[in-house]
Amino acid sequence: MTSANGNNKNKRYGMTIDVDRCTGCGACMVACAVENNVPPAHEGATERKGITWIRVFKVDNGEDYPGKRTAFVPVLCQQCGEDTPCVHVCPQQAVDVDPATGIVGQMPERCLGCRYCMAACPYHARYFNWWDPAWPVGMEKTLNPDVAPRMRGVVEKCNFCHGRWHAAKQRAAAAGKKEIQPGDYVPACVEACPAGAIRFGDLNDPAGEVARGAKNPASFRLLEKLHTEPKIYYSSKRDWVRRIADAPRPPMGKENLRG
Amino acid sequence: MDRHFITRGVKRCSTGRFLLWLAPWVAMLLFGLYCAGLCLVKGLNQTNMDNRFAFGLWIFLDLTVIALGAGAFFTGFLVYILKIDALKSVINSAVVIGLVCYSGAVCILAVDVGQPLRAWFTFWYPNVHSMLTEVTFCISCYLMVLFIEYLPIALKNRKLRDVPSLLVFEHEMHKVMYVLAGVGTFLSFFHQGSLGGLYGVLRGRPFAFREGLGIWPTTFFLFILSAAAVGPSFILLTTWMVQKITKKRLVRPGTLQLLGRISGLMLAVYVLLKTVDTIVWINRTSPGSGFPAEQFYAWKPFGVWILFAEIGLFGIVPAIVLLAPKLRARTGWLVSAAAMASIGVALNRFVQTVQTLSVPTLSFDKFMTYSPSWQETGTFLAVVAYGVLVYSFSFRYFRVFPEERELAIEAAQPDDEPALVGRY
Repeated sequence: MTSANGNNKNKRYGMTIDVDRCTGCGACMVACAVENNVPPAHEGATERKGITWIRVFKVDNGEDYPGKRTAFVPVLCQQCGEDTPCVHVCPQQAVDVDPATGIVGQMPERCLGCRYCMAACPYHARYFNWWDPAWPVGMEKTLNPDVAPRMRGVVEKCNFCHGRWHAAKQRAAAAGKKEIQPGDYVPACVEACPAGAIRFGDLNDPAGEVARGAKNPASFRLLEKLHTEPKIYYSSKRDWVRRIADAPRPPMGKENLRG
Repeated sequence: MDRHFITRGVKRCSTGRFLLWLAPWVAMLLFGLYCAGLCLVKGLNQTNMDNRFAFGLWIFLDLTVIALGAGAFFTGFLVYILKIDALKSVINSAVVIGLVCYSGAVCILAVDVGQPLRAWFTFWYPNVHSMLTEVTFCISCYLMVLFIEYLPIALKNRKLRDVPSLLVFEHEMHKVMYVLAGVGTFLSFFHQGSLGGLYGVLRGRPFAFREGLGIWPTTFFLFILSAAAVGPSFILLTTWMVQKITKKRLVRPGTLQLLGRISGLMLAVYVLLKTVDTIVWINRTSPGSGFPAEQFYAWKPFGVWILFAEIGLFGIVPAIVLLAPKLRARTGWLVSAAAMASIGVALNRFVQTVQTLSVPTLSFDKFMTYSPSWQETGTFLAVVAYGVLVYSFSFRYFRVFPEERELAIEAAQPDDEPALVGRY
């Protein structure tokens, strides 16, 4: 839908993540968990059973000292834009793409917990609630009232802090505005990043920082050849970092990328 | 004690011996139910599945038992639609096996989902683009068909036939059996296919993703063919096993050979198309996704050997044996080839489910391993025990093998040559 001034009325929210700036501090992970009421890991949880809507991976160039170089890559739902893998596999329409925002949403209330979407996601950005969510006594007072905790047996994932989007919509409506202004809606991870490595905005706004960042020659998207059209754009000036976007290389001889 | 329930003219072991046979299976069933109960009450944290291995033992075995149970629809199709009367002697057994496999798979699926009470949502909010929706609809409908097909078998029980209304009902059921076979074939075609499509549509998993023919990926058609190939083989295997266990002749040797021949024919077609599909995938589909196919086989222990084992050892070899009349005529070869065909299809389902999830998709990710927990294994064992129990009861009290009585009489007169021997 295009307005009279030529701007696309539908938003296409996306992110740029400057890998060269990321220090791997994990503030984004903490902010995300607090904002979205992600419970502390159960004592029985393993690395692969925890819930981390955004997760920072440490990668290196595979070389030994002194040539060794490392980088940190925050991975969250890539908000695929084309034939979204998780959307078309869900048997009961618990996953959808909001045409007004481009955000891939998850409805835990409708989720069967079949985990087909998790198998479909090439970015492993979906998480299953293996346990009932539980917080230490007293900590439940810190829960975000705008976000419903999810029950055991359903899948969840990053939704660009949808609670914040709703709150921003309400604030805009209260102020008599029809649309959210840039800056009024920012996910928690973006806000928390001390290095300013994560930027958020409308990819349909050509003048916006994120749309411009996405066109940066140093930017890349993970597994682009799968044609899932992710809306998370990474960038790095280092060639070996940009190669993390490609398919994995099996351990034949020396690894050149390690996670 | 229960002799009044046993079909006239056939011999069954004593009640005590039958109970002795049942005892370990009942124990296994109870243990499995306890395991399933743990998963339902405490949640899927009782399993060794995780966010990366979202599917595990259960899905692999679901896909396998449904393929093995395909003998029900395919034999029904051959008997009622193509009128191959020689297979009438195994159709009841095929229906029992089909019922056991499908109902067992549905029970396991109910434990496998995180919110089983929401299963009806799939019918209320169906996503018509999802292969899982197609699977759910077709399996639910086909399971009902199998229950209806099982009814006349159960109603043939000696005691139940004493009830006139049931006798009439059973007689009337036979009239619609052709319609049920047709409906069953249609439904089975779709759900066997959509089970293949489950993985074939996963664009984000280039190891499993296949290009489409029409709206379905090639795995849709390959699963139908492989199920049709292995279904008769599994009936052959189970019939042979029941004959061995009960020490009775239940069908004529020619029937088993005919099953083997049909299985071999379907297997040959399947292997041929699977080979073409693999070549296209290696040279076009996988590289097109940015994943050179050879890299999938560099993650140990899943080397190229698994591909050769699936297509060659457990595909081409049993197909040749089952298609060669001289080899097929030897029971050892026939049964071994049927077992190999079954293993081959199980291996295919393993590759589709487990290997797909174990190979990484992100460059900074690792090769994933998984081994089922005892709760997962126990839950599956419950299905095995349930299957054996249903089959055992059906065999004891119903006419699962209609030729059994005739063959027993023939066995008593060794001069009479069985009519079908050597014809197939």
